[in-house]
Amino acid sequence: MSFLARLKPDPEGVLVQAASGILRSPRAAIAAFVCLALVLIALIGPFLAPQNPYDLASLDIMDARLAPGGESFDGHVYWLGTDGQGRDMLSAMIYGLRTSLGVGLLAGVVAMGVGTTLGLIAAYFGGRTDALIMRVVDLMLGFPTILVALMMLAVLGQGIGKVILALVIVQWAFFARAVRSAALVERGKEYVEAAICLGLSKPRILFGQLLPNCLPPLIVIATLQVASAIAAEATLSFLGIGLPITQPSLGLLIANGYQVLLAGLYWISVFPGVLLALLIFSINIVGDRLREVLNPRLEQR
Amino acid sequence: MTVFIIRRLMQALLVLFVTSLIVFLGVYAIGNPIDILVPDDATEMERQQAIHSLGLDRPLPVQYGTFLLHALHGDLGTSFVFNQPSISLILDRLPATLELAFVALFLAIVIGMPLGIIAGLKPGSRFDEGVMTTSILGFSLPNFWQGMMLIMIFSVWLGWLPSTGRGQMGSFLGIHSSLFTLDGLAHLILPAINLSLFKISLIIRLTRTGVRETMLLDFVKFARARGVPETRIVVVHVLKNILIPIVTVVGMEFGSIIAFAVVTETIFAWPGVGKLLIDAVMRLDRPVVVAYILVVVAMFITINFVVDLIYSLLDPRIRLGGAK
Repeated sequence: MSFLARLKPDPEGVLVQAASGILRSPRAAIAAFVCLALVLIALIGPFLAPQNPYDLASLDIMDARLAPGGESFDGHVYWLGTDGQGRDMLSAMIYGLRTSLGVGLLAGVVAMGVGTTLGLIAAYFGGRTDALIMRVVDLMLGFPTILVALMMLAVLGQGIGKVILALVIVQWAFFARAVRSAALVERGKEYVEAAICLGLSKPRILFGQLLPNCLPPLIVIATLQVASAIAAEATLSFLGIGLPITQPSLGLLIANGYQVLLAGLYWISVFPGVLLALLIFSINIVGDRLREVLNPRLEQR
Repeated sequence: MTVFIIRRLMQALLVLFVTSLIVFLGVYAIGNPIDILVPDDATEMERQQAIHSLGLDRPLPVQYGTFLLHALHGDLGTSFVFNQPSISLILDRLPATLELAFVALFLAIVIGMPLGIIAGLKPGSRFDEGVMTTSILGFSLPNFWQGMMLIMIFSVWLGWLPSTGRGQMGSFLGIHSSLFTLDGLAHLILPAINLSLFKISLIIRLTRTGVRETMLLDFVKFARARGVPETRIVVVHVLKNILIPIVTVVGMEFGSIIAFAVVTETIFAWPGVGKLLIDAVMRLDRPVVVAYILVVVAMFITINFVVDLIYSLLDPRIRLGGAK
């Protein structure tokens, strides 16, 4: 196996290269820091939040629609104000961030699994298999993702599982296309031939040999697609066909506040909006930087 | 060429067929259609009658055949809410959406191209950096969020522009449109900007890359050597060369503008097909949902088909690749 290892480019080097590339650009480093901080906040959210926003017993309708910094009846200060149900906006946003990030990451990971597998299969086997898979990929990419997701949810109805399913269905094609083109290049290299000669099983060649060398484009696509999944989920939830009201994401919080925005109660929708924008924007900056560093010749979006 | 067209046409029909099958299965087979199609307060008798008259007691393939046959005759069911054929509801609302889409596309071109050209002529300048950073904002922030901010700033804080509805419509040469009255224009500005922001970013990037690459080519050097003024080089010679890819992308992006119109129309209460779709989903008005999906998919397939066709005329390599 040692001579096989020598023939292969070094996959671990990619991660080091990515990390150092991010650190070298101040803008990307700040964005990466913001991303990590937001993930951390989402992870330990329940301990940070001053209030459990979905424990109805702790809500008091008398506290509804307090402006930022407003004080409740029992002297508690709501730094970011309260919503129509007297819910602390800060707590609601922390819980919303958990939902948004969770849905985006889960959808991204599943789409990556499906897309990567199909992309590798298409590149490795070629011929009819390749033609069939790529035909479907072209078809999927011919429609805007938001439209397909919207149509699916219009037919299927709301629900967290359905939103994730819709996002996976619209996103796997991006991974499949990127992985296939990277794997096609690798397919012709000697180490793959060596692996075939050694009689390694096909899954081992695909995932053990080819996959590690397709990492650079995969990392870039994965980053950008998670951001786009979060944005898509927020859009769908804002339209009222995404997540149900019992699992509010940032998009749904914004939608709730949007109804009173025209009356001047800006904080209910603007604060979650700023948080959502910060999240998506920083992931995108990191993704853009990764694209520069790892330099896979990717198309926009 | 004929083979190419026929092949693409077959593909288009196949996609439409598959879509209709998926939509049919989604609406009529997975969910219990009778719950959707019959009002909640119907008696058991009425339910049975409805099941029979809708043919829901027949086998699934027969039902699909009937659905398809009706669809081919332009009958996509009757809206429960409006009690009108759903297809005519869609067609009634379509002009409002198209108006919004065309204005957005126009804005994207007249704002995006000059910015892209200036940024591309001086890469690395402060102007370039500023434009590019803003365009990342345009790319990455969700459409609805941008719309909300526009309303927040221009309607709530400044109070300059109305935020909902289509306003007064004027008529010119038999076309009814908000473009022909001042009130209508005022109502049109915010939604059109909202819808175009994303495309402005896209066009800026495309133009900038195009200008940067073209300015380095030999013919630009020769034009300079010949003493052609710099503005003429940019406006006539360079622009001509970067126009083809931009026009192609703009053609393809028109479909995605229609898609994003769903979001913009919902935010700005613009009475187009997108708002109709969301309202229909909320009111469980399934026939309208089905009609919207089939009409929009058909529209998309047509647009993609036409773009493919134009492309293959411009670039024969595409045709050869596609016919393989």
